[in-house]
Amino acid sequence: MEPSRRACPEKQSFSHMQPVVQALGIGKSFGTTVALRDISFEVLPGEVFGFIGPDGAGKTTLFRIITTLLLPDAGEIQVMGFDVRRDYRGIRKNIGYMPGRFSLYMDLTVEENLRFYATVFGTTVEENYDLIRDIYSQIEPFKHRMAGKLSGGMKQKLALSCALIHKPSLLILDEPTTGVDAVSRAEFWEMLKKLKAHNITIVVSTPYMDEATRCDRVALIQNGRIFSVDTPDHITAGFSRPLLQVKSASKHLLMNALKKYPGTLSVWPFGEYVHLTLRDVLPEEPLPRFLERHGIRDATLMEAKPGIEDRFLELMSGAEPVPEYRKEVNDDQP
Amino acid sequence: MKVILYLIRKEFLQIFRDRFLGKAIFAVPVVQMLLLVPAVTFEIRHVNLCVIDRDMTPASRELTGQLEGSSFFRITRKTFSEEEARTMMHRNRCDLILQIPEGFGRNIARGIPVPVQVGVNAINASNAQLSWGYLNGVIQNYNLNRLKKGAGMPAGVQLQQVSLSNRYWYNEMLNYRHYMMPGVLGILVLAIGFILAGLNLVKEKESGTIEQINVTPVKKYQFILGKMTPFLLIGLVDLAIGLTIGIFTFGVPFQGSILLLFLSSAVFLVGVLGLALFMSTFARTQQQFMFTGFFFIIVFVLMSGIFTPLESMPLWAQKIDLVNPMAYIMRINRMIMLKGSGFHDLRNDLLALVLIATAFTTLAVWRYRKTA
Repeated sequence: MEPSRRACPEKQSFSHMQPVVQALGIGKSFGTTVALRDISFEVLPGEVFGFIGPDGAGKTTLFRIITTLLLPDAGEIQVMGFDVRRDYRGIRKNIGYMPGRFSLYMDLTVEENLRFYATVFGTTVEENYDLIRDIYSQIEPFKHRMAGKLSGGMKQKLALSCALIHKPSLLILDEPTTGVDAVSRAEFWEMLKKLKAHNITIVVSTPYMDEATRCDRVALIQNGRIFSVDTPDHITAGFSRPLLQVKSASKHLLMNALKKYPGTLSVWPFGEYVHLTLRDVLPEEPLPRFLERHGIRDATLMEAKPGIEDRFLELMSGAEPVPEYRKEVNDDQP
Repeated sequence: MKVILYLIRKEFLQIFRDRFLGKAIFAVPVVQMLLLVPAVTFEIRHVNLCVIDRDMTPASRELTGQLEGSSFFRITRKTFSEEEARTMMHRNRCDLILQIPEGFGRNIARGIPVPVQVGVNAINASNAQLSWGYLNGVIQNYNLNRLKKGAGMPAGVQLQQVSLSNRYWYNEMLNYRHYMMPGVLGILVLAIGFILAGLNLVKEKESGTIEQINVTPVKKYQFILGKMTPFLLIGLVDLAIGLTIGIFTFGVPFQGSILLLFLSSAVFLVGVLGLALFMSTFARTQQQFMFTGFFFIIVFVLMSGIFTPLESMPLWAQKIDLVNPMAYIMRINRMIMLKGSGFHDLRNDLLALVLIATAFTTLAVWRYRKTA
């Protein structure tokens, strides 16, 4: 397991700035369940900071702490210079939060929801319309529709509009793309990119590893612990071994066979391929012959360029049991 | 202030958008008044009587004749068999068994006191007491007549005696509708306020909307006020509807100040809403809230003195009633409507209600934590 690296050296240009979120040794337990342990990280102004991890990793708990909905048991955390325990009022005025579950009023219309949130933040829709124009204009034709009757993608746009309507300087998005179709997911990340131009810092979580490359920096979180914090490129570069991609008509048989091969270090299904890493010391029997012996004759082996997911899987499988992780089959990512 | 108004506006929007709730708010007071006020009554008509007359003399027949003549009793059976009479009562065919022993007429003529036996079906305790009371009255009357005859007084001459005549103050005809209506108004306001407000908050919890509100700068007191005010207004509108129905349909008199009635009901409602919101902070689902809420409503109502006088409850129960807002509003409503009591007469009850309302609301604000 790697020690968690805080503020990465490559982001020198940011280092003189006050971090937007500064967490040191955050811990939180629910009864005997430890949800977060010794979480430390810094989010710098203007960056898109992603938390990547499987379900139950502690992402939502951490976000509830950042948004002052939950108090940590241990550690210090400051959001925009405000302490979550003492100055929660200051935080609430300046953050936009989009919970993982759609939490707007289903029985109010699109427009009523937006006006409601504008009012409780002491502003008006007109005042900050510029900020949400790109997003809201897409659902504006349906502004008299009940929020409960919107499609998943439209609900997400409305939720984002409502979270932005008071012009927050920090936006916190808890799994915004979960349960959303691939096209809407891509659209959503485009919207976030545009928000960066408005100097809004974004903290986002996702269980989809492929979305990590959309962030400026990502923290890998699992079992309530942060494994590493770095830029996506650096994380990918951390993958040290040669990576092979193997293909066969029968992927299932192939995987079973690869798992039995004595020289195998790890096997992961990857779309139509299987990603394979090998040990430094290999057995006498070469892999192709081993596969043939196990009834797989159509296997093709190729050297592959490791992606961020390969590094994540390598990191995560280090000590802990291998997590279930989601990967969209109809992946629209390059 | 603007935020509170907007929160209130939002509640109303949601309530009236709900197809069922929007109508139920107005239907409940109508149905409850039309149903409960006339239905709940302690008046007894037609007590079924079974007579076992073992004497069969003019004297005994005079007694049964008098019973038959009263509008309360209906002699459903005359028999000589005690067995049969018991079976009748067992099958619910009669409420009272009157046994006149053999030799009743003879002994009474000699001036020897004669016992008659009365058996009362006490499945319904208050019914039993009342019908026993009526029967007693008839027998006393019979005795009086015998006395006159025994004294050899000609008819028309009055026996010297203390005659007791009573007058029922504040409800001369002992009309149970008059007695029930102020109480039913209390139940109405209690049920509407308690259930609507409590469920509303739990629903926000269930659907997660409260989470989104909690990260806004909306303050605790604004949120609680925004939740209470709509249901306070709805409760008072329902009170007005109920009152109108009561007065025009049942002709219940209204002696006191309408303003005072609404004022006390408003204080009562704040207490009820405070308790509902306080309890809803414990409930995670609407089902949990309904279950506990139902329990509270039943206890509040049954212990309020609507059916049985508070004074006849055991002392410990009366102590519990010190924190039962329903007990106060029951008394206040009756005093204002039937007796015309003013602020001065009710000040202690009102003060108690104010204290209860403050306590429950404080608890609600305290328990409602924005950070879970």
